[in-house]
Amino acid sequence: MSKVRLATVWLDGCSGCHMSFLDMDERLVELAEQVEVVYSPLVDPKRFPESVDVTLVEGAVSSVEDMEKIRHIRARTKILIALGDCAVTANVPAMRNPYSVDDVMRRAYNENATLQPQTPNQVVPALLAKARPVHTVVKVDVYVPGCPPSADTIYYVLTELLQGRTPDLTDKSRFGA
Amino acid sequence: MKDRQQVLSRTKTLKIDGHDVSGREDETILDVARENGIFIPTLCQLDGLSAHGGCRLCLVEVKGSSKLLPACVTHVAEGMEVVTNSERLIEYRRMIMELIFSEGNHVCAVCVVNGHCELQSLAQRIGMTHVTVPYLYPRRVVDASHERYALDRNRCILCTRCVRVCDEIEGAHTWDVSGRGIEARIVTDLNQPWGQSETCTSCGKCVNVCPTGALFEKGKAVAEMSKKRAFLPYLTLMREKRSK
Repeated sequence: MSKVRLATVWLDGCSGCHMSFLDMDERLVELAEQVEVVYSPLVDPKRFPESVDVTLVEGAVSSVEDMEKIRHIRARTKILIALGDCAVTANVPAMRNPYSVDDVMRRAYNENATLQPQTPNQVVPALLAKARPVHTVVKVDVYVPGCPPSADTIYYVLTELLQGRTPDLTDKSRFGA
Repeated sequence: MKDRQQVLSRTKTLKIDGHDVSGREDETILDVARENGIFIPTLCQLDGLSAHGGCRLCLVEVKGSSKLLPACVTHVAEGMEVVTNSERLIEYRRMIMELIFSEGNHVCAVCVVNGHCELQSLAQRIGMTHVTVPYLYPRRVVDASHERYALDRNRCILCTRCVRVCDEIEGAHTWDVSGRGIEARIVTDLNQPWGQSETCTSCGKCVNVCPTGALFEKGKAVAEMSKKRAFLPYLTLMREKRSK
């Protein structure tokens, strides 16, 4: 039997959800027998492959780059999972949302900078007007709240999917976790 | 004999979700449901305070009524047939919770009451894994002018527990609601900073009845604050006895 092709992606988040993924510890070895990680900040490939069975998305959609990435990923993924509060609700990245992007940039790069205060105008992708939950941009198949979702929760989600079931998260995780 | 008749007339029998239950005529549907272990979600209701009927989470179906009725303010009646868990009610509750979450800035991950919050735990209990309506991201003002406590309006759901406990139990009436609709917010005195309030006794009752992290003790970090509410029913009971 061919392995399930799994990807993980890190948008506007703190990497905590990926840390929680790694916290599955020895269960990762067990998962590796059934799953191949084809794209992730944790593995080498730099391009998102053409066909992926399951993608775990950490983080909110906050920049033009995030927006391009998530659309690209959605088109190549069968089951897209919003992993963690930033992907599900936009969470902490959305705390800038009551303010304008100009105000936010000024605060970060000018008011709080002591050396050469200046707003970046290249390399750093432009921010969207609002940090957005993933499901407001593309279709999400499974929502896994939690900040971060525990390793047990992530393991439960993946093993349920491997068994061909849709995971029911209602009593497994909560916002904030 | 007369006493017995009085007791009987004051006892009402009814059905909740098909179960035969009974309660005193001065009890609400919510009281009787809880006595019988039937779950009806609430946020604004708190034992020891007057009923407010504001959060609408306790809406139930009552046979013969075309309207949904709030269980916390609807008294039981003889022969009443109540439904608390129809698909329609489950959908409405979820909708109400989503609207509450979308209307404020409820970021559980960085909240002092993370893990001890009634809004957070109720969202989990009713199975709200995400919010389908657009978030409003309002810009709301934090008041940290009080020496010991702070108010983060971003996390306020306008349950008015603070308003009621301050008025009904502490007798100070420092808190009230200002504005209407989406502009509504809680204020101290005549919309002065809390720290400058002349009526506030700094008793902290408002902080402890608040279901979310809107009112909290200063110096608490994320997830460090839990609310102590057990004092309230005792306090109310003792006062009722004294006044008799």
